[in-house]
Amino acid sequence: MRIPSTLTQNRSLAAIVLGTCGLAFSFSARAAASPDAPPVILIQNATILTVSHGTIEHGSVLIKDGKIVEIGASIKAPKDAQVVDAAGQFVIPGIIDCHSHIAVDGSVNEGSVSVSSIVNIADVLNPDDIDIYRDLAGGVTVANVLHGSANSIGGQTVVIKLRWGQPAAKLPFEGAVPGIKFALGENPKRSNFSLPGATPRYPTTRMGVEETIRTAFVEARDYKKTWDDYDKRVAAGDKNAIPPRRDLRLDPLVEVLEGKRYVHAHCYREDEILMLLRVAKEFGFKVRTLQHVLEGYKVADEIAAAGTGASTFSDWWAYKVEAYDAIPYNAALMTRRGVIVSINSDDAEEATHLNQEAAKTMKYGGLTHDEALKLVTINPAIQLGIDKRVGSIDVGKDADLVIYNHDPLSAYAVVQKTLIDGRVYFDRQRDIADRGAREMEKKALMEKEKRAGEKKPDATIEIGKRPGAKPEEKKSEEKPKPPQADAVSGGAL
Amino acid sequence: MRSVFARRCLSALAFALILYVLLAAAPPMHAQGGEPQYFAIRGVRVVPVSGPPVENATVVMAHGVLTAIGKDVAIPPDAWIIEGKGLTVYPGLFDSFTDVGLPAAAPAPGATGEGGGGGRRAAPTGEVSRGPEDRPSTTPWRSAADEVSLSDKRIESWRNGGFTTVVSAPKGGMFPGQAAVLDLAGDRASDMVVKAPVAIPVSLQPGGGFGNFPGSLMGALAYVHQVWVDTYWSTEALAVYEKNPRGVARPRYDHTEAVLGEALEDHTLVLIPANNSVQLRRALQLVDLWKLDDGDHVDGAIYGGQMAYEVADEIGAKKPPVPVLVNLKWPEAEKDTDPDEKPSLRTLRFRDKAPSSPAALAKAGVKFAFYSGGITAPKDILKAAKKSIDAGLAPEAALRALTLTPAEIYHVADRLGSIETGKIANLVLADGDLFDEKTKIKMVFVDGKRFETHEPEKPKDPPKGNLTGKWKLSYTTPEGPEESTLDLDMATDGTLSGTTSSKRGTGSILSGYLSVDKFSFTINIPIEGNPTDVVFTGTFDGATLKGNIDVMGYSIEFTGAKAAPPSAATSDSAVHNPSSNDSIAAGGAL
Repeated sequence: MRIPSTLTQNRSLAAIVLGTCGLAFSFSARAAASPDAPPVILIQNATILTVSHGTIEHGSVLIKDGKIVEIGASIKAPKDAQVVDAAGQFVIPGIIDCHSHIAVDGSVNEGSVSVSSIVNIADVLNPDDIDIYRDLAGGVTVANVLHGSANSIGGQTVVIKLRWGQPAAKLPFEGAVPGIKFALGENPKRSNFSLPGATPRYPTTRMGVEETIRTAFVEARDYKKTWDDYDKRVAAGDKNAIPPRRDLRLDPLVEVLEGKRYVHAHCYREDEILMLLRVAKEFGFKVRTLQHVLEGYKVADEIAAAGTGASTFSDWWAYKVEAYDAIPYNAALMTRRGVIVSINSDDAEEATHLNQEAAKTMKYGGLTHDEALKLVTINPAIQLGIDKRVGSIDVGKDADLVIYNHDPLSAYAVVQKTLIDGRVYFDRQRDIADRGAREMEKKALMEKEKRAGEKKPDATIEIGKRPGAKPEEKKSEEKPKPPQADAVSGGAL
Repeated sequence: MRSVFARRCLSALAFALILYVLLAAAPPMHAQGGEPQYFAIRGVRVVPVSGPPVENATVVMAHGVLTAIGKDVAIPPDAWIIEGKGLTVYPGLFDSFTDVGLPAAAPAPGATGEGGGGGRRAAPTGEVSRGPEDRPSTTPWRSAADEVSLSDKRIESWRNGGFTTVVSAPKGGMFPGQAAVLDLAGDRASDMVVKAPVAIPVSLQPGGGFGNFPGSLMGALAYVHQVWVDTYWSTEALAVYEKNPRGVARPRYDHTEAVLGEALEDHTLVLIPANNSVQLRRALQLVDLWKLDDGDHVDGAIYGGQMAYEVADEIGAKKPPVPVLVNLKWPEAEKDTDPDEKPSLRTLRFRDKAPSSPAALAKAGVKFAFYSGGITAPKDILKAAKKSIDAGLAPEAALRALTLTPAEIYHVADRLGSIETGKIANLVLADGDLFDEKTKIKMVFVDGKRFETHEPEKPKDPPKGNLTGKWKLSYTTPEGPEESTLDLDMATDGTLSGTTSSKRGTGSILSGYLSVDKFSFTINIPIEGNPTDVVFTGTFDGATLKGNIDVMGYSIEFTGAKAAPPSAATSDSAVHNPSSNDSIAAGGAL
């Protein structure tokens, strides 16, 4: 029978991306950028902040096949091991950013509709985004790449490892549960984004946001029932059953109802937080994380009771009305009430110093050194359901590690090396050493272009040359963005 | 009320029409037997592409078909004999993806009110699209074969450049319509159609912005996916319904699904845009995404392909194979940009290596063809192809990508693409190697019809000064003052190319030059719906242009000055007239 697979099973470009991870790809042009993959690495003489079981002074970590195989005070270097002497340096598990918008090709918002669950960030991963490398240089190894917050129900989301130099198909965190972005409050009701004269998009109130989410799930429930009925009829031998039309917008919502997809909900105010928890309860799904959740401290008990994680900012507030009640004690207060809390960036630049953002909770709210570090390591790992693989330095976990020259919660800490799966993806010394060669290559190529432009004698050569179209949409590699501005416009969007 | 200018134009048009009617009253040449049906090119070097070159051979064609090729072939007694000594004959060149032959001012879908023809129509401009069900920017029923028009001046200029065949597709939207193989000559527009439809081009440009779905790349990807899902569903649902319609709710009819369902059944090629390595890898995955369980798949091809040097091996490993149409409009540094703004290393590498993509594709065993992309002067297409030869591609492979391979990709190699007996008599006669800059194209045959080629007007003397850059032209028509912008490129010998745009339309320069301080160039734009030549002549004093615009027998004076760079213009207007209505009016006239 000619039943398309696309009708009978949930397939998306994202699924194919994951499915083709084994795809052979050419390294010819990328060999230089691709990190080495030594089979065995031994990091020794380091202060190891394991996050899960305390600190080991002058300790060693042995890495084999991309995994941590041994942790201890002194490990004898196996033959062929590449030894990294980290005397005076600190090793922590790779930082996990639970709210990121890096590595996205095109807009992060499908802002035309209030329910944009049809789109999937995994379809548009851009492995060439320089922000991947910059965040690596800030010790980030895993990012939860989210759709924007322009819609009550936004697009599907994906957890990636920052494997700079690898093709898009190699970025997704294997086996991580996919997510979907929800958003409450000012952004989905377009409070700060209306154009004069333009018809406002529904909803324009918080009531409308709730109604939009409820309606979508009523639709998804009906849709699921239609499919269940159809499957029953087919199973009963009914040859005249017409298959329901597959709706790519409702498929991910059915997955939410079935617990196969995590909800990451952008929110600010206590009332909307409680609203979403009620709606989720009514439809029988869990909100996996509340994102930003700046008034979370007011309803921390309710969040903890719902088993929902909270991923917040360290100390951003008052950039819009719904952020007026934000306080820097939020993370600490929620932690003390039993909520799993993480600190996120929502911004490529902010992500380069999440270690410092975590440290702020020691000042604001008195979290311990270990508790603070958890906010950007094991806690976001738990929130994303990947804590069996990453988030702490334990035997058997992925060798996603960061080496700092100082205590990572100090303002003086600078990342020396970032490893993912036991491969060095960022090396500060190598980066500095390579800068000259890159500058030279750039200069040589610009000279070559200039010469080609000036080429004279054969006049016919240049006939009709017209300015080339922009070869590719690419972010400027030169201009860092001001973090605060992004937090308000780009970040919160 | 019609303006004086328009009336004059109209009367000029009326005169032209009378002239045309008078001329048309005389029987056409070939009806008298003046245009021969048999040709023989004798003593010519034949490059058949399908086989090795043959020296000093004869090519015979009859009634538009090649009938004999070889050293000792009989020449029919009626044949018009062309002495081919010193000439080389190639298969007519094939531009594998363009819109040549389709008038620029094609009717906007939906705007006509009958574009949909039932079911849901594409949301016309101004209407809000709220989801895939609104079928935004989707007009797969538009057909190049129906919209083809002889009025497109590019038909002649492409032919003069050696191109006898194109694959043209309507433009605009994510499913703009169906492409057709066209031969670039005919008495009537439909004579040009060789085969239709041959491809369904897809674009992933989200047209919507924030108010219309889709407004993002991921939205466009999701939309196109949903359209394929719907198309499969509709085929399946209708089949079940047709078997036993009683008591079953009727599946709704949708024009898009009906058209695409038919195209998929016919294995019409689906063209997927992908230029850089990220897009190319994604396109390979899209082919997998858009397929059925039972092995049926969309027959995908990629257009763009300029960063294929990074991913050629992956494309080559793809099963079933995905051919690539390579855009010959190579990326270049933009002119008139901020000199302080330095391109990224990745951009520089791309510009440097793009022309090596065809060689990489050839090495990886990928079937690829060339297309003109944004190139406006057909001569430049061959020059761009030459760049890929300089970057490592065998000349034979470059020629094949302009002849036989595109014919194979579009499943018309049984009639086009090489010099073989029985194929359509599309030929190019040149006085040397096609990729040699000094080579001149002497003659072109399309469907066995002979065309002498016209070299564009050449400057007599070297130019004084340089006209390259953006110009603002001002002139006064009886309707009032008008302005247009002119984007000129001047070669060192004074040859001009470029585009103009005004409220009357946008046109490319057909031919033009600057000789000492005298310039002349011709554009063709639609006036009152008719493609019309507009000739600009005058003098260049080193800083400004001054002269006349001649159109339909009517002449008006114009002046031109270099357009200020955008940033400077902004600050200018801010200084001079912060709140002046004039600046708004001037802006409006642009």
